[in-house]
Amino acid sequence: MRGLVKAGAATPQKRVQFDRPLTPWLFLAPQLAVVVIFFYWPSVQAVVSSFYIEDPFGFGSTFVGMENYTNALTDTRYQATAAFTAFFCVVVTALSLGIGLLLAVKADKVIRGAGPYKTVLISVYAIAPPVAGLIGMMIFDQHIGPMTALFGFFGRDLQVGVNYWDTTIAVTTISVWKQIPYNFIFFLSGLQTVPVSVREAALIDARSGWRRFRDIVLPLLAPTAFFLLIINITYAMFDTFAIFDVVVKDKPANNPMTLVYKVYLDGFKGNDIGGSSAQSVILMLVVAALTVVQFRFLERRVHYG
Amino acid sequence: MQRVKPLDHLVLILGALFMGLPVIVALMSSTHSAVEIHSNGLYLTPGGDGGQTYEKVLTARGGFTGDVTGLLMLGNSLIMGLGFAVGKIVLSMTAAYALVYFRFRFATILFWAIFTTLLLPLEVRIMPSYQVMATLGLLNSYTGLIVPLLASATGTFFFRQFFKSVPDELLEAARIDGAGPWKFFIDVLVPLSKTMMAAIFIIMFIYGWNQYLWPLIMTTDESFYTLMRGIKSILQVWVGSQIPDYNEAFALAVLAMIPPVIVVVVFQRMFIKGLTESDK
Repeated sequence: MRGLVKAGAATPQKRVQFDRPLTPWLFLAPQLAVVVIFFYWPSVQAVVSSFYIEDPFGFGSTFVGMENYTNALTDTRYQATAAFTAFFCVVVTALSLGIGLLLAVKADKVIRGAGPYKTVLISVYAIAPPVAGLIGMMIFDQHIGPMTALFGFFGRDLQVGVNYWDTTIAVTTISVWKQIPYNFIFFLSGLQTVPVSVREAALIDARSGWRRFRDIVLPLLAPTAFFLLIINITYAMFDTFAIFDVVVKDKPANNPMTLVYKVYLDGFKGNDIGGSSAQSVILMLVVAALTVVQFRFLERRVHYG
Repeated sequence: MQRVKPLDHLVLILGALFMGLPVIVALMSSTHSAVEIHSNGLYLTPGGDGGQTYEKVLTARGGFTGDVTGLLMLGNSLIMGLGFAVGKIVLSMTAAYALVYFRFRFATILFWAIFTTLLLPLEVRIMPSYQVMATLGLLNSYTGLIVPLLASATGTFFFRQFFKSVPDELLEAARIDGAGPWKFFIDVLVPLSKTMMAAIFIIMFIYGWNQYLWPLIMTTDESFYTLMRGIKSILQVWVGSQIPDYNEAFALAVLAMIPPVIVVVVFQRMFIKGLTESDK
């Protein structure tokens, strides 16, 4: 959803505006109220609780300074989860961007008859991550899953939910599957803004399709690709929550998980509010950094846009 | 223009199969009985048990309290999707209007205060959000399900961009005609934004319908369960059962995905426009 918004500050202000002191507040009031109550309050709360250790029986809390942070950062399980999250982000982003781009380039080329392909590829956008997780879980099911049969044919006994790497394979496949449509839509609309004159010139200059793609299409798609890169990283970090929850089902045992899933498990299942809050704040910093990078880049983008 | 090679179609066909087959499998398997699925695996052809399964999933009372039905969850998902979409449009249009069309003190600070919400998704502040909801007594309520999700300012920025692209002459003309801020908003901007509102509505409806984590922690009362929450429950029952209700799980998945998929397919053009145009 964050994908909806891109650079904005660069466009000039309206020449004419209303000059009333009170009316704008009326129009802003609902949004402001929601933002203050449901965004700032909990965000501040997260920062505050990250400095406390809550009594497990609910009898008050003790100020512990940075202890929750040092505990989290030095915990080997936290480090393993962070490493997995980074790995997972890279793989999901690379695969879903790559496949999305490939399909978009082909769909752009096939002008006649591209409709049905587009419809099939796009419709998966509407499927919720937990639904994707449920269907994926069945496809990777140890008993009835065709994927398990496929892997078995190649001599690998797939044990999703039991074996760390097998679960990783399943969760990654489902996450990539779910994200391809989004990338496909953006790449395709990016490709369709390449002017016909440029395409025709490219056709004369470069005979090989691959060279045409590398030297002309790819640079033109670079801004879209960068925008999608950030969106895909945040997708892999956060929106895959439901996929993990459906496949792993609260049983972390020997299963991989992302940082945000650990925040949830520690907070809601482990009742470690301080530790969970500290992890939240660390994640907040990561996302904030990502978003700032995105906006900085997009401001530059305006110049050659 | 370029020649289309068979390879291009092959790639697209493979892509479409990869994307489409899981959906077909879910749809078809949901029409077979659990025993059939258990012994034969997943299906690519329709079976004869669909009517019975869907009737059971939609109307049979289940859950711990024995009160929750698929129909109820379908209704709650619909409330969630529609409520979120409408709320988002109302909140973001009015806020964007104030930010674009008014000159007033603190406008810049407010702009940044709203803008900052884009930095952090709900997932990273889920625990304190839950505590705030508990404090406010909003657990197990539609308000609690919908309103906190409106805190992200995506829609506001979308409409802000759109309003900025509206020619200044319109406001000048309206002011010459003596229209005040309310009249200008209702009579000029709202009709002008119809296409944009529709596009945003589609995207937000899907977003609201597909919410998982928030309903998961916000609702303990089963009468507020959405289909997404139902998926979690049906999987929890699986643990320890001899033959899991594969068919019912698939039926629930189908119910959960059909409405948003139909919306996307039917309004494809508008949906893509809404998704991609907003980045201009």
